[in-house]
Amino acid sequence: MRRRLVVIGNGMAGARTVEEILARGGGDQFTITMFGDEPYGNYNRIMLSNLLAGVEEESGIFLNDLAWYAANGITLHSGRRIARIDKYAKRVYADDGTVTPYDKLIIATGSRAHVPPIPGISRPGRGFHQGVFAFRTLDDTRAMMRYTREHERAVVIGGGLLGLEAARGLQNHVSHVTLVHAAGHLMNAQLDPQAGEILRRGVERLGIEVVTGARTTEILGKHTVTGIKLADGRHIPCDVVVVAAGIRANVEVAEASGLEVERGVVVDDQMRCLDEPDIYAVGECVQHRGQTYGLVAPLWDQARVLADHITGRNPQAAYHGSRVATKLKVAGVDVAAMGLKEPEREDDETLVFSERKKGVYKSVIIRDGRLVGATLIGDVRKVAFLMQAFDRGLPLPEERLELMFDLGAPPAEVSAAELADDAQVCNCNGVSKGMITACVADGVKTVTGVVDQTRAGKGCGTCKGLVAQIVEWAAGGAIEEDPAASWYVPGVPMPKPELMRVIRERGLKSVSAVFATLAPGGEEDARSKMGLASLLKMMWDDEYVDERDARFINDRVHANIQRDGTFSVVPQMKGGVTTPAQLRRIADVADKYGVPMVKLTGGQRIDLLGVPKEKLPEIWADLDMPSGYAYGKSFRTVKTCVGSEFCRFGVGDSTALGIAIEERYQGVEGPGKMKLAVTGCPRNCAEAYVKDLGVVAIDGGKWEIYVGGAAGAHVRKGDLLATVGSADEVITLTGRFLQYYRENANWLERTYAFVPRVGIERLRRIVVDDSDGIAADLDAAMARAVAAYRDPWRERAAPVTPGQFRPSLPLIEQPRVPVRESVPAGTPGPVVPTAGSPEWEA
Amino acid sequence: MAGMTTGHRLGPLDDIPVGEGRAYAVGDLMIAVFRLRGGGVRAVSAVCPHAGGPLADGLVDRRLVVCPLHQHTFDLSTGCSTTGQPPLTVYPVRVDADDQLVLEM
Repeated sequence: MRRRLVVIGNGMAGARTVEEILARGGGDQFTITMFGDEPYGNYNRIMLSNLLAGVEEESGIFLNDLAWYAANGITLHSGRRIARIDKYAKRVYADDGTVTPYDKLIIATGSRAHVPPIPGISRPGRGFHQGVFAFRTLDDTRAMMRYTREHERAVVIGGGLLGLEAARGLQNHVSHVTLVHAAGHLMNAQLDPQAGEILRRGVERLGIEVVTGARTTEILGKHTVTGIKLADGRHIPCDVVVVAAGIRANVEVAEASGLEVERGVVVDDQMRCLDEPDIYAVGECVQHRGQTYGLVAPLWDQARVLADHITGRNPQAAYHGSRVATKLKVAGVDVAAMGLKEPEREDDETLVFSERKKGVYKSVIIRDGRLVGATLIGDVRKVAFLMQAFDRGLPLPEERLELMFDLGAPPAEVSAAELADDAQVCNCNGVSKGMITACVADGVKTVTGVVDQTRAGKGCGTCKGLVAQIVEWAAGGAIEEDPAASWYVPGVPMPKPELMRVIRERGLKSVSAVFATLAPGGEEDARSKMGLASLLKMMWDDEYVDERDARFINDRVHANIQRDGTFSVVPQMKGGVTTPAQLRRIADVADKYGVPMVKLTGGQRIDLLGVPKEKLPEIWADLDMPSGYAYGKSFRTVKTCVGSEFCRFGVGDSTALGIAIEERYQGVEGPGKMKLAVTGCPRNCAEAYVKDLGVVAIDGGKWEIYVGGAAGAHVRKGDLLATVGSADEVITLTGRFLQYYRENANWLERTYAFVPRVGIERLRRIVVDDSDGIAADLDAAMARAVAAYRDPWRERAAPVTPGQFRPSLPLIEQPRVPVRESVPAGTPGPVVPTAGSPEWEA
Repeated sequence: MAGMTTGHRLGPLDDIPVGEGRAYAVGDLMIAVFRLRGGGVRAVSAVCPHAGGPLADGLVDRRLVVCPLHQHTFDLSTGCSTTGQPPLTVYPVRVDADDQLVLEM
């Protein structure tokens, strides 16, 4: 037999809870009866301000019309008020004397407008003074709209959310609106005074007059309202007064029936009233863990828990409270607020940005590295990220400013939830949001797992943050911490410092030895080889046991692989300075080999593109120039300007210094590319401010050294590491910084990430001031790396491995060799050679 | 010939450095053969189905090959992609008594 479920309240909470119960098959378990004060179906109270503002029709705000109740077998008694609950006999008594028995009861009586006891606000026995309105119900709104047809000046009492909405809406009906607020600033429950002031300016710009710090002491007018009087004696003439001074929970029925009531009906984590296994309460009328809520999002959470529990779908369902975050247009001004509005503890970090003229205000409050509060006014582009960080306690960006602004990375402003399914997230690898969510749905619950499978974020990497957000969103909080995130490479479970220590202790000098000793099960991992090869070379220099299979193809053949499997050849051109003889030789080589494209690079060199692998040794021989390392995770180039030698502005010989730096550090491997520049004056023609290390000559024979700059997918101006007085000091500090980077950066972590991670002050202490006493070690280690340099293009004389330069694809015109003869399996037969590889045919 | 497998000698095993791959043209087919560290050889179609990358130039381990162009990965035993690409063709390959690579077709 179906049990009887009675719901007191037909507002948003009551109706939503019933919907949730029906969605869990509750229609088969219960016969449902609902009581509502208002003589309608169920409507969206939030939309009343839109109705008032004339942007919504009355029909558009109904959530469930009367037909819905009938279709779901719900008995609705609208306009019938419940006066009392007999919790022992399990019955509810209505005002009209009817009695309804229940097995389970839900109290969803909501809240009502709080009307302060201002003299003149109401007439004894007749309700409000004529011209005074609350702003809470559809009837309130209808009456207000009707009355304002004949009237011109409105005062809204209350500068909270509802008051602001009312004021904005009333502008649609009367020519003059004044907002009167008792507290010192608008929305004082959510905003700090500064934010409140910015909001006030925004509201005033809309033509609403705002009076704060103004307590209303009297409503004036004999028959109808003629004005209000403030505590300071001021009169404000008006013919309409709207009271929006907050809400109070409707607890009278519960209280009269002996239920536990404080500011609201007290409920436990299952939304049950205290000690009442069969009575639940939900919505604005409840108090949970000392908290009452006046917004809609917590209500949805509560309704779900209640429905899970009452239907037995999930008896363990528990409501733990809601972290309230609001994002709305308040009277035409974008406002978002969450958590604390002001710091509470001494060590709370706060960031505040305020631009009054534009009406923009942003503040964030951080405690122990987590976001505990944020306010945005006027510019709410970062709200999606902030809400997520606030709600889930996500780690925050090192660059705290990124909480407020997008620093060179536009896509982060879109929240994971808002993105369309087919929106492209990774623009390098063409991965859409849908592909990421599908991957999560298939059971991948870690960010790196999803990145590996979809390859989203594996291009330039700028979308990594958004990918992580989408994974989190798709996993609905069920995201698993990926232990591998801290490892240097995925195949060896250790962060870099620990890995280096163990490698040194055990004397592991080859990639295969590292796998055999340190990888789980001794299992090698293709994706880890390159990073390990780089690390071991850095640690052991000449002692490193070089296993060629651990190298990426570029490092096997000392050229950069192109989309068609051909390679690019970039000879060294120190500091971007060349000679006619060199240019002639390059031109001859390009002619001789029919190089499809000759191009100047961004690093001031010449690139010969489209060279087949098997031609590389011959080309190198004909060029007879050293490799420019335009392919490796290594020291690349030093870009220079013409400096003092020719330029009339130059204050330092940047060309000579650039050449000297490149001469010394050429080919040094690292965790990422190292691109440098030296520029002869602060005009920065060599772009030194946006290099991994950039040197700028300044007047007085001095040089500034900037580190951590970038101008690729990520754009960042470098931080000033030091200002020194000689070129020698530049060369020493350059080596020392690069060595510190090589030893401490994660695999593929460029300096633009490494420098802010470590912090420029700390880097300066270590590298310049030698606070850790390691400067001499760093210099010595770099000196060993410099000494270990061999021009890799010397390998042209004798290939290091069989078929080192054999093609791996049929290139442009590779002749196909027919199978000359087939033999039964196992019997010896002739070799089937690969066409076009010289040493193979030899 | 129908129903019979035949072996094509590709050349000496030592033509492939340990842990690397080399490409072979067999008739109209391009085949990448890998000599795994720890023993064993694997053969798959040589062209990455994603964008035509040369798989013989890829990094490998006992299980996977990584295409050098866009880092798509493929299982060397099944040919299946672990990064959502169409599969590779897998060819049976072995080393005979004379240390010659033999491809079964």
